[in-house]
Amino acid sequence: MKQFLSFVKKEFFHIWRDKSTLLILLGMPVVQIVIFGFALTNEVKNSRIAVLDPSKDASSLAITAELDASRYFDLEKNLVNFAQVEEEFRRGKIKLAVIFPAHFADDLQHFNKATVQLIADASDPNVANTLTNYATAIITDYQARITGNKQLPYTIQTEMRMLYNPQMKGAFNFVPGLMAMVLLLVCTMMTAITIVKEKEMGTMEVMLVSPMRPQMVVLAKAVPYLFISSINIATILLLSVYALEVPINGSLFLVVAESILFTLVSLSLGLLISSSAGTQQTAMFISLIGLFMPTLMLSGFMFPIENMPLPLRVISNIVPAKWYYLVVRSVMIKGVGLQEIWKETLVLFGMLVFFLTLAIRKFKIRLA
Amino acid sequence: MPEKVITADKLTKRFGDFTAVDQISFEVEKGEIFGFLGANGAGKTTAMRMLCGLSMPTSGAATVAGFDVYRDNEKIKRNIGYMSQKFSLYDDLTVKENMQFYGGIYGKSDAFIKNKTAYILDELHLEKEAHVLVRSLPLGWKQKLAFSVAVFHEPGIVFLDEPTGGVDPVTRREFWNMIYQASDSGITVFVTTHYMDEAEYCNRVSIMVDGRIEALDTPGALKQQHEARSMDEVFLKLARKAKRGEG
Amino acid sequence: MRTLKFLLQKEFRQIFRDPAILRMILIMPVIQLMVLPWAADYEVKNIKLSVVDNDRSEYSRKLIHKITSSGYFSLAGYSNSYSSALADVDQDRTDLILQIPPHFEKDLVRENKAVLYLALNAINGVKANLGGAYLNSIIRDYNREVRAEWIQFPRFSAETQINITSSNWYNPGMNYKYFMVPGILVILLTMVGANLAALNIIKEKEIGTIEQINVTPVKKYHFILGKLIPFWILGLVVLTLGLTISRLVYGIIPAGSFTTIYVFAALYLLAVLGLGLLLSTFASSQQQAMLISFFIMMIFILLGGLYTSIDSMPAWAQVITKFNPVSYFIDVMRMVVLKGSSLADIRGHLLAMAGFAVFFNGWAVISYRKRS
Repeated sequence: MKQFLSFVKKEFFHIWRDKSTLLILLGMPVVQIVIFGFALTNEVKNSRIAVLDPSKDASSLAITAELDASRYFDLEKNLVNFAQVEEEFRRGKIKLAVIFPAHFADDLQHFNKATVQLIADASDPNVANTLTNYATAIITDYQARITGNKQLPYTIQTEMRMLYNPQMKGAFNFVPGLMAMVLLLVCTMMTAITIVKEKEMGTMEVMLVSPMRPQMVVLAKAVPYLFISSINIATILLLSVYALEVPINGSLFLVVAESILFTLVSLSLGLLISSSAGTQQTAMFISLIGLFMPTLMLSGFMFPIENMPLPLRVISNIVPAKWYYLVVRSVMIKGVGLQEIWKETLVLFGMLVFFLTLAIRKFKIRLA
Repeated sequence: MPEKVITADKLTKRFGDFTAVDQISFEVEKGEIFGFLGANGAGKTTAMRMLCGLSMPTSGAATVAGFDVYRDNEKIKRNIGYMSQKFSLYDDLTVKENMQFYGGIYGKSDAFIKNKTAYILDELHLEKEAHVLVRSLPLGWKQKLAFSVAVFHEPGIVFLDEPTGGVDPVTRREFWNMIYQASDSGITVFVTTHYMDEAEYCNRVSIMVDGRIEALDTPGALKQQHEARSMDEVFLKLARKAKRGEG
Repeated sequence: MRTLKFLLQKEFRQIFRDPAILRMILIMPVIQLMVLPWAADYEVKNIKLSVVDNDRSEYSRKLIHKITSSGYFSLAGYSNSYSSALADVDQDRTDLILQIPPHFEKDLVRENKAVLYLALNAINGVKANLGGAYLNSIIRDYNREVRAEWIQFPRFSAETQINITSSNWYNPGMNYKYFMVPGILVILLTMVGANLAALNIIKEKEIGTIEQINVTPVKKYHFILGKLIPFWILGLVVLTLGLTISRLVYGIIPAGSFTTIYVFAALYLLAVLGLGLLLSTFASSQQQAMLISFFIMMIFILLGGLYTSIDSMPAWAQVITKFNPVSYFIDVMRMVVLKGSSLADIRGHLLAMAGFAVFFNGWAVISYRKRS
């Protein structure tokens, strides 16, 4: 045990000496959580639109003004002919075009009927869909107002309650996801690279001839990163509560404990990668390029897992970040306790045991 | 009057308030084997890096092959070979590919590269290993190969930074034979080492202590001055004055 | 020129000598491109619905039937009380609760007015918003049907009506893959390009071979070009592989020309590689380079406009996206692949990218020092 501690001490010295790396390690999560916590939102707003309005009468101008005034749209341009619609779309200037017919108000008055055409740039189908919905709602509202507030008979009213996140803040969804990404990638990359670097430089052999068990040598390298991650967990949580106003509705202790468990999973994944990578480049390739996109896309915080086709829903189960994201979201935002998330916790624990056993066994084989 | 190929006048390098090299002055003649001795951290490597144009001097003057180290460092590079302390061949290239590469970036013709490669492989008895990755050669062979590559383009001066570190005595012997050969063919050799027996092989040696040159003469003269039987003793007497960290 | 030839020869030899890394460079993006786009689907469907039906009338049953047969909702089950339904939301067994109060049918028929209560899991705001909107429109439809049962038809024909027709240009099938696949390709290309170039130079630093190069008369820009060109070619190979997969697996045929894509990509790769080179002149170890690269990649990718709309970001974040090469390429891909934009249409993007390329590479050449 005393030997183990002296190895851990040596690793701490390595990290402490390299002040610039340490600064990046501790500062990066702060910057990331702040930038993304504020910048990322699934909401669609301030989309640029163009209007083609040959009638320019009271009704069409009123609708245009209402669209522009809403938080969803910014009027970019008044078009003069239909050909311009295509041109604006192709240059990527606008997301939606609103086209009024000639004599819009006249039609409304005399025939009680007029048509507005909406053309959306569906190259991003999600945005197109949402914008069409918003614009339709605004125009329908306008229509309701000119019809007058007649009370219609047999009316079903709905009352909607937004649970957990009444202000619909993007941060509620993204913060738990970002925590998963940052913790996983930083821990995995750092352990994988430090160990492979020692292999590459040949200093690993020096340590392996020491009386320490080789597995212990490798474990000792992961300990300082566990420590650094704990600091990161603390700063991330403080930032999300005080800067991003994401609540911790459940037990703080549970959030921290689960985060540490997840850190351990990431560290052991790093160990596993280091046991099979021969060069730092390979280790980087697996831990950064190999993990980044799958974690981002399959953990459930960008795209709902239930929408994915079956094979991907199955694959998503082996993404550790998925389980952590579920846990953090449930504890922080829904405020549930361990009895609701014991299954997810068990999966994470199982992953930890699996990665660690595999990594240690691989090191043994290599050394035998 | 022999030609002076390296001159240094009060050459100094400071890193912050640490003076790594402190006003050293010396001259090296053409064809000479000039030994640069000193304990670890005495400033040998820093001095050599300034002469090779890898490090900018803080003050003082120096010329190498007639070129000023401040202004003409790129011209100097055309006229020198260098073998660094770290092993500096590409270990994922073969023996032949390394030679081809370094010959190529010094602007040698294909014919020159071909002939010289064949010559060196023959000299080192490495014909069979021509297509072997450098990674898989034993350390001694690698060092000899590194030296051959450093003089591949036939420079006027070659700088060797502790070229025999970690090499067995037999290989060291062979290595020094290669240095003599190069010297015979008119190449000036500037070599740092902390093996004192190697100092005996040099025409002249300078001994650096704490960034300054404490002694400079032929090995024989130095032994006489300090009433010592070997260079080892000379060195120990001088090095005892050192104040810096590990000596 | 001759020097460059030898530098290139050496780089290519080293790349091909390590088949493991070469295989990863080529295969990893291919696999990810084949798998990941299937996950990208913002379309809201299969929303899990719990019903608390305290009325159990014919009307309430009809309403539930109408909702579940719409295709957007799947019935997760009936609950006896709101609180037990809420517990289901806690455990992610349901997303949306529809509570039908007692006397719903009676209120509607006798009082002309009835209220339904909806509660949605709003952690993911978009899903909640859209789910709520869908449910509301189904309920409105239902309301109209109920009204039609009781009221004679012609009575409302005098109502003023604005007809709204909508069309979706460039992607009428609303196929999300047309948008995601090129975007993911851009991201993979960026990660491969920037990281490989950066790590390659730092490796030479760590091993010490770079010093051996520094004492040779090799010119700085020769050295940089020697590193740039091989990875530039490799990047174009990855791009070609990616476009082939887009064609074969996803059936994506760009509406615009391949020339436009390649011209932009060639410029883009120069910029990204330049960034990698710049990174390598500052980082002292591969570990440090990777950390910085992770940080930059995270910003590039999450603020690239692929996952969330740039227009919706706060003003300061939109400023950041102006300095993000990824957002330009994603935009260009979207324009060329779906809208058929030509080189003339993307001239602004080309100019910006040329600016990035000159800036990053220029800075890299300046800050790469042969002498310390």
